[in-house]
Amino acid sequence: MRLVRELVFPAIAVLAAFLVGGVFILAIGENPLQTYRLLIGSALWWPDGIGYTLFLATPLIFTGLAVAVAFRAGLLNIGAEGQLYVAAFATAWVGIVFANLPGVVLVPMCCAAAVLAGGLWGAIPGVLKARFGSHEVINTIMLNFVAVALVSYFTQYHYRTPGDPIMETAPIGASAHIPRMARLIPGFPERIPLNVSFLLALLCCALVYFFLWHTKWGFELRATGSNPAAAEYGGIAIRKQIVIAMTISGALAGMVGINEVLGYRYRYYDGFSDSYGFTGIAVALLGRNHPVGVIFAALLFAILTRGGVPVDAFTQHVTKDIVQILQGTIILFVAAEALFREGARRWVKF
Amino acid sequence: MIELRDITKTFGAVVANDRVTIKVQTGTIHAIVGENGAGKSTAMRIAYGFYTADAGQILVDDQPESITSPQSAIALGIGMVHQHFMLVDTMTVAENIVLGAEPGTPLALDLEEAEKRIATLSQEFKLSVDPRARIADLSVGQQQRVELLKALYRNARLLILDEPTAVLTPLEVEELFGILRGMREQGKTIVIITHKLSEVLAISDEVTVMRDGKVVGRLRTADTTAADIARLMVGRDVLLHVHKPDATPGRPMLAVRGLSVTTPEGVRVVENVTFDVRAGEIVGIAGVEGNGQTQLMEALAGLVGPAYVSGDIVLEGDSLTGVDARHRRERGIAHVPEDRHRRGLLLDFGLDENAILGVHYRPPITTLPGHIVLDEGEIHRRAVDIIKRFDVRPPNPDLPARALSGGNQQKLIIGREFELKPKLLLVSQPTRGVDIGAIEFIHEKIVKMRDAGCAVLLVSAELEEVMALSDRLLIIHSGKIAGEVNPRVASPGAIGLLMTRGY
Repeated sequence: MRLVRELVFPAIAVLAAFLVGGVFILAIGENPLQTYRLLIGSALWWPDGIGYTLFLATPLIFTGLAVAVAFRAGLLNIGAEGQLYVAAFATAWVGIVFANLPGVVLVPMCCAAAVLAGGLWGAIPGVLKARFGSHEVINTIMLNFVAVALVSYFTQYHYRTPGDPIMETAPIGASAHIPRMARLIPGFPERIPLNVSFLLALLCCALVYFFLWHTKWGFELRATGSNPAAAEYGGIAIRKQIVIAMTISGALAGMVGINEVLGYRYRYYDGFSDSYGFTGIAVALLGRNHPVGVIFAALLFAILTRGGVPVDAFTQHVTKDIVQILQGTIILFVAAEALFREGARRWVKF
Repeated sequence: MIELRDITKTFGAVVANDRVTIKVQTGTIHAIVGENGAGKSTAMRIAYGFYTADAGQILVDDQPESITSPQSAIALGIGMVHQHFMLVDTMTVAENIVLGAEPGTPLALDLEEAEKRIATLSQEFKLSVDPRARIADLSVGQQQRVELLKALYRNARLLILDEPTAVLTPLEVEELFGILRGMREQGKTIVIITHKLSEVLAISDEVTVMRDGKVVGRLRTADTTAADIARLMVGRDVLLHVHKPDATPGRPMLAVRGLSVTTPEGVRVVENVTFDVRAGEIVGIAGVEGNGQTQLMEALAGLVGPAYVSGDIVLEGDSLTGVDARHRRERGIAHVPEDRHRRGLLLDFGLDENAILGVHYRPPITTLPGHIVLDEGEIHRRAVDIIKRFDVRPPNPDLPARALSGGNQQKLIIGREFELKPKLLLVSQPTRGVDIGAIEFIHEKIVKMRDAGCAVLLVSAELEEVMALSDRLLIIHSGKIAGEVNPRVASPGAIGLLMTRGY
């Protein structure tokens, strides 16, 4: 019952967005139904479609989860983008420097680097807020710029292979590669970069769910987000909770580095993120800051991204910009729904 | 002046108003009383156009009118003062009053005329409000008068006041009542929504009593008594006095020595306070609100940063200096906070999770491995137990706390805290905004805690309440203890003087 209620509004938002998008497609002079069939069909049923879609969903699950955890503590983490950049670079750095170590040691080390670097980068605005009350939104945004510039600098001047025209580091040791799905599922094409970090993302969703709703720490984190004054009254150290939440959030965002570096490019590639950190905000919003919702929302955004390419190629006039229209309107409708819900609550209370 | 005729209003499955008929005579003060959730506010919000009735009629000056919005209500001369003021803090009185109907041209605001009119109105109704004062600089009582002026400025002939005294000090209540009487003399009609019987008797000419969404009585105040109204409100006889056996105080439990509390702004709000509370006694603290009670209780509960507290708090011989809220709880201090929405509850959480706040981190709520995982079964059991024993309604542990009425929210908090079997119980405003039936229940439970050997420190803005419950009564004024009296023999008049004058 509660599940149905939670699902209804996001579903309406998505449907409404598709309706609005349909109007645009009609105005351009194409058939919306055919376009949508192409968009969704190509992302799900075409050969390679689902593989790429899941690959694209992986970073969004991590960042969506990151934003959701922070939000549960009443914090808005706009800094997942910076956190994942720092983490991805740290992952590659460990993979390059310790390239000679065997995989059983190196892979966990690289993963730890991703988690620690992301967590640390997330902890900074957390500490600043807990200690000095400075707003995490401002600080996370600012740290995004610092992160991007920092890793670009290291890539450009310290870790680039001499003569390489591309802004990327030297490759990581082969022992640090994590298995792609082709190794796990017979017949799965090797060219699809979907790798075990997708399973890690799902595992993280389960862990976050368990953490938030079935442990005392999760209770304290949610209580702090729901009503800090009451949490304090209940003996919860709310400043500590702010730091913890931002650290966990940053660590989750940082795991994007595992997918990117250990499972896909096997090196740090500058500017790799397709705004994963920012899309993560939309994913968390649409997914109602719930791990299960985050999975579905990340899938939806991945489908849109994946399906946009064939739409671009196989229709006369519709370009893949339609995807951005859809994403934009989904966010708009979800946000409007929040307003609507708040209004409804006010009217029902008497 | 106004008549609601057979008004029915439902919210989902809840019938908030069931064929409610209320007739308010011109030039009178009409009180609408009832417990929380009886439908008083709903009826008046319908009259003010906030809600539209599902059925029924509204007559203004005997003419049927359709009031569909506050604007149409204002046009008919109906004004409303809400419990929570709707004022812009940074703007002046005059700016707030003209808001929505600004005089002058779209590009140039002409306040002079408005200020003059406001000053005249203020004088006429003895409101003594300066139109040029900033809202932020005004006291709560003065802000309320600005709300009154807002309605008067729009030529309201009927003023509806929703729980106007809830936020006022006793002195301000007296002032307000004086103003309302003055308005009545000038021909205004006033409707006052309240659940305080003493106020009904003090101010009103006529009373409409509501219960469970229905009107259960229409009375002339002069012909009735508090007991009559109370019986109608709850549908049975209530104890207006607390029956309690004599206290048998035991060993000293709490010793407060030279306690001072300053605010982060540097204002010393509690000054050098010293007192004891023994096991098995209720010590009451009476005082006009805002005289340091809040900070005193929060300091005792460990909710004020150590940098802002000086002096010593000793529980059973052990100093609590440097002990945080969690560990004070572990040592046997339970706390019913004065503001249950801000401090006491996680409104969006279920009753079950609210029932464990404060003990959520330790066995038996947590379970193995490592006492990190919450034991859902235990949480549920605990919540169901509190709900049953403290009569929380509706008895559904999955409901969010927000869905409960104020009285039931309070019962949940009281249940949660009393279940801790504390040595020291800090209780602030235990029955604020709580209906009569629940008040009685809560009072009984507090006395029971005392009789079980708990030391109880009680703060309440209701003088009657502290007098009825306390075994010893301290009076606080400007953050200092102004005196101690025996509540059984002291006269409210003498206490009132201590409260307001400090000696």
